[in-house]
Amino acid sequence: MTLRLSELSLSQTRARLSSAPGLRLRMGPFVAAVQTPLPDVASSIHLLYSGYPLVEEDGFVDFSVSIRRPAGLRRYWNPQVTFGLDGQEPFNPLPGDQGFPLLEWGLNWCVYGMCNQYLILHGAVLERNGRALILPAPSGSGKSTLCAALLFHGWRLLSDELTLICPKTGELVPNPRPVSLKNASIEVISRLEPGIRFGSRIEETTKGTVAHFAAPASALALAHQPALPGWVVLPKYRAGSSTLLQPIEKARSLMHLAENAFNYDIFGREGFEMLADLVDRSDCFTFEYSNLTEAIDLFSRLADGAAAGVAT
Amino acid sequence: MTTSVNDPLLSVLLDPGDTASWTGQEWTLAFRQARFSGLAGRLADRLLADPLAPKSACPGALQSHLEAALRVCKAQQAEVLRETKFLDQALASLGAPVVLLKGAAYAAAKLPAARGRVFSDVDILVPKQALAKAESLLTLHGWMTTEESEYNQRYYRRWMHELPPMRHLQRGTVLDVHHTILPETARLRPDAAKLIAAAVPLAGTRVLHVLAPVDMVLHSLTHLFMNDDMTHALRDLSDLDLLLRAPQGQDCTWDRLLPRARELNLERPLFYALRHLRRVMKLPVAERLVTASAADGPGPALGRAMDWIWSQALSAPIPPKSHVARDLALAALYVRGHWLRMPPLMLIQHLAIKALGLHKNKQGTAKSAARDEAANF
Repeated sequence: MTLRLSELSLSQTRARLSSAPGLRLRMGPFVAAVQTPLPDVASSIHLLYSGYPLVEEDGFVDFSVSIRRPAGLRRYWNPQVTFGLDGQEPFNPLPGDQGFPLLEWGLNWCVYGMCNQYLILHGAVLERNGRALILPAPSGSGKSTLCAALLFHGWRLLSDELTLICPKTGELVPNPRPVSLKNASIEVISRLEPGIRFGSRIEETTKGTVAHFAAPASALALAHQPALPGWVVLPKYRAGSSTLLQPIEKARSLMHLAENAFNYDIFGREGFEMLADLVDRSDCFTFEYSNLTEAIDLFSRLADGAAAGVAT
Repeated sequence: MTTSVNDPLLSVLLDPGDTASWTGQEWTLAFRQARFSGLAGRLADRLLADPLAPKSACPGALQSHLEAALRVCKAQQAEVLRETKFLDQALASLGAPVVLLKGAAYAAAKLPAARGRVFSDVDILVPKQALAKAESLLTLHGWMTTEESEYNQRYYRRWMHELPPMRHLQRGTVLDVHHTILPETARLRPDAAKLIAAAVPLAGTRVLHVLAPVDMVLHSLTHLFMNDDMTHALRDLSDLDLLLRAPQGQDCTWDRLLPRARELNLERPLFYALRHLRRVMKLPVAERLVTASAADGPGPALGRAMDWIWSQALSAPIPPKSHVARDLALAALYVRGHWLRMPPLMLIQHLAIKALGLHKNKQGTAKSAARDEAANF
């Protein structure tokens, strides 16, 4: 029976984080080894990574990362945090309370920057009845809020940020991590799901106020199970709009996916063929909404196969 | 975290077959070293693609990363080859040879040194008298000088051996145009005209050439052992190793290496190259060549210092070992690289200007951009 992080005490977690080889966790297809001496980051990790399986044996580690105070005198006055990978610090430091968001952003960067074994899209991806719902979109489109709502109403979370497509099978590969919400979305989702336990709210990041909640245990339990293409939906939150799902041409959908792909140029022609295959096997729509409850209901009907009756 | 393997990356590169007893820990370390050194593609080629390499016991998760690295190499190589075609078109009327250098040359000539290599900028060498016309033709075809700072423009044009980097407006690719291989102010003065005269035309192109095999080796080792920026030293050493192991032209290259180095005033970098290729890459070098080249080495005190410096710079640190010694060595090589390129007064002035940031226009740094991009979800 695989041990999960939740079965360690906080002090055991802190002990592993404080020394080499670090705390080793399986996150979807990857194994990450995390080190940090910082107690607040350790607490966030203990809460928000609690469902990840521990990797005990001497296996291969995909990313060895750390969150530390940068070297120098600054650590005694207005300290900062810096992200480390393989002995390098690829980013400038951030304010000292942003350690956990920095870890999450750093891990995302490792995936979309280096994992060219997958074609990677910027977008959320969920699964129901074995089929994937892809919400490809940059920040500000409302995809994170929509994704957060859906994952409590019958949809399995594969990822809220990075859609991974396997070149050999065309399947969507799960990479479930803590879901991050910004600003007003935090309140909206808290009201919708009063039982959610958020980590610390971090103010004044480059994106405003940010908070995370852990990926559901059900999503983590099925993190080894990919999904087949199902739907590609381009979401747009617009205050006051009605709930509107409209079919779009597959060619337009393909272009949109390509625009939201991190490593499309590295995949070249193979990337085009993968996206063409994906849209061929998916129903493609644009989606506008302002009411989350209506949106949830619409997607349930979509999943139940009444696509023709759902689109307006 | 301890391992019985002294240097996992070098061990697996030199002998992929000797990995049967490796645990995930050794593989993880080797891959971390590879990522740090820019050698992920080379490692991938050695383990997955090279038909001559012995089979290894590489774990599946690592294999995915290596396949990813090869995918990147393949995409970059295709882009570099496309660039050479555009260059051939743009410079067709130059009336002088255009010699591809470094990675672009290895790719265009289909050399083993191109395998598993990342490619970024394209470097070309043209005769000094053709430089102005080359710059015009390139500008006509869409390349633009990138360097905006007045100081840096002067630095490149007056003192260095190249134009400021040019970026193509549409394709975004970067081109470095050289007129010799070391700056004119440098202490060593290899004659570019001799290199260009011996250059070999590239089949299927109008103006493109590559350096003669022995000159290609000398250029590679000069670039490595005279440079100021050593972040990719081990990767450059690996390229050099592959150039020398290449079967094509090998016998005549070895025989001609020392005489040609002396002719071009490049004996000292050759000495370092032979010494460290034997030590790090276990490259077999004929004893008579080692003995003959020893005369070109530094004196005993400097020799010991340089041995330590090179052993630090030509290594891929194994986490969690600290980088302090290596950083010191790289700092020393930074100063040395500039020392070799310019007279003392000019060096002091240049380093002061760089240290005080007086050469910069006010712009963000690459690290801020990377952080903002990563946080921009």
